[in-house]
Amino acid sequence: MEKEIIAKGGDRMGKRVLLIEDEPNIIEAISFILSRDGWTVHTHEDGTTAMDKVLALPPDMIILDVMLPGRSGFDILRDLRDNMVTQQTPVMMLTARGQDKDRDLAMRLGASLFMTKPFSNEEVRNHVRNFLEA
Amino acid sequence: MSTDSLVGSRIREKRLDRGLRQAAVAETVGISASYLNLIEHNRRRIGGKLLADLARVLEVDTALLADGVAREMLDEMRSAAARLGDRVEVERTQELAARYPGWSALIATQARRIAELEEKSRVLTDRMSYDPQLAGSLHEVISAVSAIRSTASILVGPEDIDRDWQRRFHENIHKDSLRLAQNSEALITYLEAPAAEQSGSPFEAVESYLAQTGYHMAALEAGTAVAKVVKHAGLQGAAQEVLHEVLERYGADAAALPLAAFEKTARKVHYDPAVIARHFDVPLAQVLRRLAQLPSGQGHPPMGLVTCDASGAVTFLKPVPGFTLPRAGGACPLWPLFGALSRPHQPLRMEVKLPPPNATRFLCFALAEPAGPAQFDAPPALQATMLVMPDPPEAASEPQGVGLSCRICPRMACHSRREPAIGGVSTQSEL
Repeated sequence: MEKEIIAKGGDRMGKRVLLIEDEPNIIEAISFILSRDGWTVHTHEDGTTAMDKVLALPPDMIILDVMLPGRSGFDILRDLRDNMVTQQTPVMMLTARGQDKDRDLAMRLGASLFMTKPFSNEEVRNHVRNFLEA
Repeated sequence: MSTDSLVGSRIREKRLDRGLRQAAVAETVGISASYLNLIEHNRRRIGGKLLADLARVLEVDTALLADGVAREMLDEMRSAAARLGDRVEVERTQELAARYPGWSALIATQARRIAELEEKSRVLTDRMSYDPQLAGSLHEVISAVSAIRSTASILVGPEDIDRDWQRRFHENIHKDSLRLAQNSEALITYLEAPAAEQSGSPFEAVESYLAQTGYHMAALEAGTAVAKVVKHAGLQGAAQEVLHEVLERYGADAAALPLAAFEKTARKVHYDPAVIARHFDVPLAQVLRRLAQLPSGQGHPPMGLVTCDASGAVTFLKPVPGFTLPRAGGACPLWPLFGALSRPHQPLRMEVKLPPPNATRFLCFALAEPAGPAQFDAPPALQATMLVMPDPPEAASEPQGVGLSCRICPRMACHSRREPAIGGVSTQSEL
């Protein structure tokens, strides 16, 4: 069942982060961290409908898992870069697949950053700040 | 008179190394070409002056022809030399082997060991990339660890967290720790499974077992039940299942073509698979398999067998001297085994030749057919079968040049080349 968490944070210029990830406890943790940092966090768990969600928002930044139900994060990234609306949106790939070939593929497809799990909260928070406050 | 039964093979090898025609050598030493042919196929014993004359023509020591060095060892030494390209005096391999057999055996053994370790390394690398069970388990473990780490960091961080959030995060950590424990246990169970089951190569475990039997299952020929033979083989997991399938097919082949009648007919028709298939009115692929099941030591010529699926992945391999194929891709696509896949139901008969220095020739019979029962609206599961007979009588036409894999093949101009040869394998003439 598809569900959505919207964690509204402080006053970071009303900027929205979309977290596309299917692990519920990682969703909850990242949403908590980023919303505490002032960002408005939307979440989505399904790969197949992820682009619909993106285009409906659209977010100021996307955190995208690679292994998603229905469709891989790489395919979604390809669509994001092919779409005028999301061509410039920062995309941070988040994955348990830390092999060089995955990193290379992500960067070739236009990822802004490639982060491997397990990640530190501080890292995630700092990267989001860097992208959205730039 | 030499008592070594392979003197003729060595004469042939040296003649081919020097690119000399059989007729020309025979004339030089004063015998007929057909007599030399019999000698080269070890059907006539040779010694004394004739052996000395042949050694002179072939520019080798008589002792080298008489005592020889195992071809397999020379192959391994040359293969090892190919890694260093022009820096090794490949043309003096045989001389080295004859003068320093101990050191040569060491080179060959180490080259084999390196190849084994490289294969193991490749299997492990493939496993990390392509084993879905391992990849899935690791993904689950890493996801659980990530969630726990992130949640725990929030709980111990400097920020105030209200009680509801604290409770949720504690529950999350509890659930993820249970998930982590379960997945770790599953992962350990998987990693501790028997090697053959893990490595993704149950075929190799099965072939290793079959090699011990000479690829001839006397128990099945005598009517022992397949299940009983499988049970006594001592294989586990996937390897056991593959062995069961292979032996079921063996049993069916043996039932359709009883050994005594099959051997008699095969000898009579000079092991021609098409004639045998017509005689017994059985599928050609069954005859190809049955020929490779003939017992050794009964005067039958050596015959290798290989099967592959539609992707070209080798699913069964019975090697013979000079012939083997890499299991997981990388094989030379010029072998008729792969050509047969594009022409299902069309039997292919082709003489092929490996590049120098071995220049071994093989007569190949290949056929691709759908495996298993016919199904509507489903893609056919093609399986190709190829029987390989080494050293056939010389044919009038030039054999098709083939290799074992691009990495050790010196045919630089080959249109089918996928990758450069290791260390610049020497480009020799007559390719």
